[in-house]
Amino acid sequence: MKPMRLIIVAVGGQGNLLASKVLGEAALMADIPVRMSEIHGMAQRGGVVESALVFGDAQSTIISDGEADVLVGFEPSETLRALNKCSARTTVITNMAPLPPFTVAIGKGIYPDLENITALIEAKTHRLIAFDAAEQARAAGNIMSLNIVLLGALCRTELLPLKADTVREAIRTRTKQAFVEANLKAFDLGFQAAAD
Amino acid sequence: MHKLLTDQPGQRMLMLGNEAIARGALEAGVAFAATYPGTPSSEISLNLFQVARETELYFEYSTNEKVALEVAAAAANSGVRAMCMMKHVGVNVAADALMTLAYVGTRAGLVIVSADDPFMFSSQNEQDNRYYGKLSGLPVLEPSSVAEAKEMVPYAFDLSEQLNEPVILRTTTRINHSTAVVDLGALKQPQPRGHFDKDPFNFVTVPAVSRQLHVRLLENIARAEALSTTSPYNFETGEGGWGIICNGVSYAYTVDAIRDLEIEDRTRVLRIGFSHPMPRNQLKAFLTACEKVLVVEEGEPYMEEAVKAIAQEEGLTLPIRGKADELFSRLYEFDPAMVRQVIAHFFGIQHDLPAVPDLSDVPEVPPRPPTLCAGCSHRATFYAVKKATEGLDVIHPSDIGCYTLGFLPPLSMGDFVICMGASTGSAGGFAQATDQKVVSFIGDSTFFHSGIPGLINAVFNRHNITLIILDNRTTAMTGHQPNPGVDMNELNLDGYGQIDIEPLVKALGVAHVTTIKPYNLKKSIAAIREAVQFEGVSVVIAKEKCTLYAKALKQLHGKAFQITTRCRNHRDCINDLGCPAFFLEGDQVHIDPDICTGCAVCAQVCPEHAITPLKAKP
Repeated sequence: MKPMRLIIVAVGGQGNLLASKVLGEAALMADIPVRMSEIHGMAQRGGVVESALVFGDAQSTIISDGEADVLVGFEPSETLRALNKCSARTTVITNMAPLPPFTVAIGKGIYPDLENITALIEAKTHRLIAFDAAEQARAAGNIMSLNIVLLGALCRTELLPLKADTVREAIRTRTKQAFVEANLKAFDLGFQAAAD
Repeated sequence: MHKLLTDQPGQRMLMLGNEAIARGALEAGVAFAATYPGTPSSEISLNLFQVARETELYFEYSTNEKVALEVAAAAANSGVRAMCMMKHVGVNVAADALMTLAYVGTRAGLVIVSADDPFMFSSQNEQDNRYYGKLSGLPVLEPSSVAEAKEMVPYAFDLSEQLNEPVILRTTTRINHSTAVVDLGALKQPQPRGHFDKDPFNFVTVPAVSRQLHVRLLENIARAEALSTTSPYNFETGEGGWGIICNGVSYAYTVDAIRDLEIEDRTRVLRIGFSHPMPRNQLKAFLTACEKVLVVEEGEPYMEEAVKAIAQEEGLTLPIRGKADELFSRLYEFDPAMVRQVIAHFFGIQHDLPAVPDLSDVPEVPPRPPTLCAGCSHRATFYAVKKATEGLDVIHPSDIGCYTLGFLPPLSMGDFVICMGASTGSAGGFAQATDQKVVSFIGDSTFFHSGIPGLINAVFNRHNITLIILDNRTTAMTGHQPNPGVDMNELNLDGYGQIDIEPLVKALGVAHVTTIKPYNLKKSIAAIREAVQFEGVSVVIAKEKCTLYAKALKQLHGKAFQITTRCRNHRDCINDLGCPAFFLEGDQVHIDPDICTGCAVCAQVCPEHAITPLKAKP
């Protein structure tokens, strides 16, 4: 199977590692080869969390610059920061609800203009799917399900070698029981959002 | 039941590299484990700590890596299979024990995990610990994948018992923190009790004994070299005259590159997983079959030097390259495209790098540097030290922990950081060699780890220093592991002692010791000022539980604060404290009530007293 390379970027606390785990478990269920790696350094203290997932026939667990087939960003400025992982072939899915870095929040940095972010990504990649995933997560009943909203959007693109139902099954059996209902709703809302 | 205790051989499970190593240890029947936490090794210990509560495995967080290795070495020499894990720089701390333990050897299997950190994702250097194998004479194993990491641990235990020597399992962050599918093997029942059979002429390393033991170590290295040559972890694939020798994650990148470049028919690969001693006979045969050889290894040219030496001794003159300006760097991590590009360049294959888009018009994205958490007591202590020493020329040696972040503005507290415990030793040197004032910082766990000898040194040599012990009641940076000062009852764990820092420091002969509650700024500033004015060694213990730890223990009950209309926009709160709970809306500073922990430090800093508690969370 030809390798499919996915990068997920997020801010610490947005649930990147759980999203990656759900995809990894879904791949295991479907018997799709998968290797993943994570960089979380001091994420609990406000940093960036980056996951790489490589599906198919490859041994590497990381993804070089320009080699991501898909980039999923949980935060718009982080999606922009990860553009070096993309090429003209890359599909980008991003949440558009900003979480400004602390430096910006206290007036010591400038947050990039949201319209400029989407224009830049559109110009440099194959396709951009951008929407307010935080709003969808709230609609699903739990803002913490933002990660699952984006997984829904990702599955809608059919770029992963995983069926949406397999990912739903992974959510059902591999995430905390108390959140399964909200997570499944979040997944479907994200799935629909990407179709529009 | 803990996930790693799933007794279903053949079942496939998604695991983090560090979980796979812990599982491998359980499949080897590990009965004794000791560690000092350190990224990227920490999850190995965390999992064994949890497993130990359900099984006969003995696990301990030791005060430092040297103690951990000594504890594990004694268990192994009593016939109990033992493992000891640490980050790469931890091996420096354990090195004194390690070097002579290699002479003494071991009875039951003893595996030492060294988790190296190329690129320094969370470390102060990127030293290559394969050289510890060469320096000590001990075997070194290096996995290339998560699944192999699990398989290698039982092999390492068997090898250790075959050679009667400890075995070093050397990983890199990219193994520790990768996740993949592993096949579960059978769990092995641990044998937790042993007996130490006295044998002083093998265990007591006086010179006359050690002269004999060094002979035996050299014999063991020769035996290990023979095992290295026949080891399944040193294997050859492919055919042709182009040779690649690689190890660890570089093997994964090499395999992918060979496939992408379509040079399978011309390339043979020697994967080294048993890297000390290097497999001499196997290398000789490999080199003889090649026209030219590229060595692909992160870090130092450890294999490259060994391969070149063997080629010289065997009279082989083929080109062997690895580290060079136009090939591989000794710096940082490798990545698949870089390895592919260098392989293509070395063997003269046309290859275009992936087309990275032109990003010159992308505006600079504001960084997200790690910061001290909202409500972190270190921020309060740093602020208090700054106020207490205003107008003085002060050097602030600091140490390894969350508080290292205090070196960043606006606190700017941290001038010299090299290794665990160095804040106490270096403080004395600065005080002696300069006319500057010295106020140094160390955390509670780091103080127990290696700060105490430096403090004793300062007392004995009469250095004029103030040491601030940032006692946040846990080992916060690596994920709240216990240390000797922790109240283990709060974790519902019994059978532990507890060491109180204040009487300990007094017993060391420090004449001026005070304990402060850092959230009370006025009293803290006064106490620190008094300590700094004291001639000689003074210690201030800033005692307040890490907010994240308190939250995890459900002990965080503070009410969030708000900024009222009395605010005159002095912005001392933002400019002097920089707590991440603040944000600007237009020109007005606000406090995010979901982030604020109610520590009230900003309320004491505000010149207008404009910051007050919220009545209730909105």
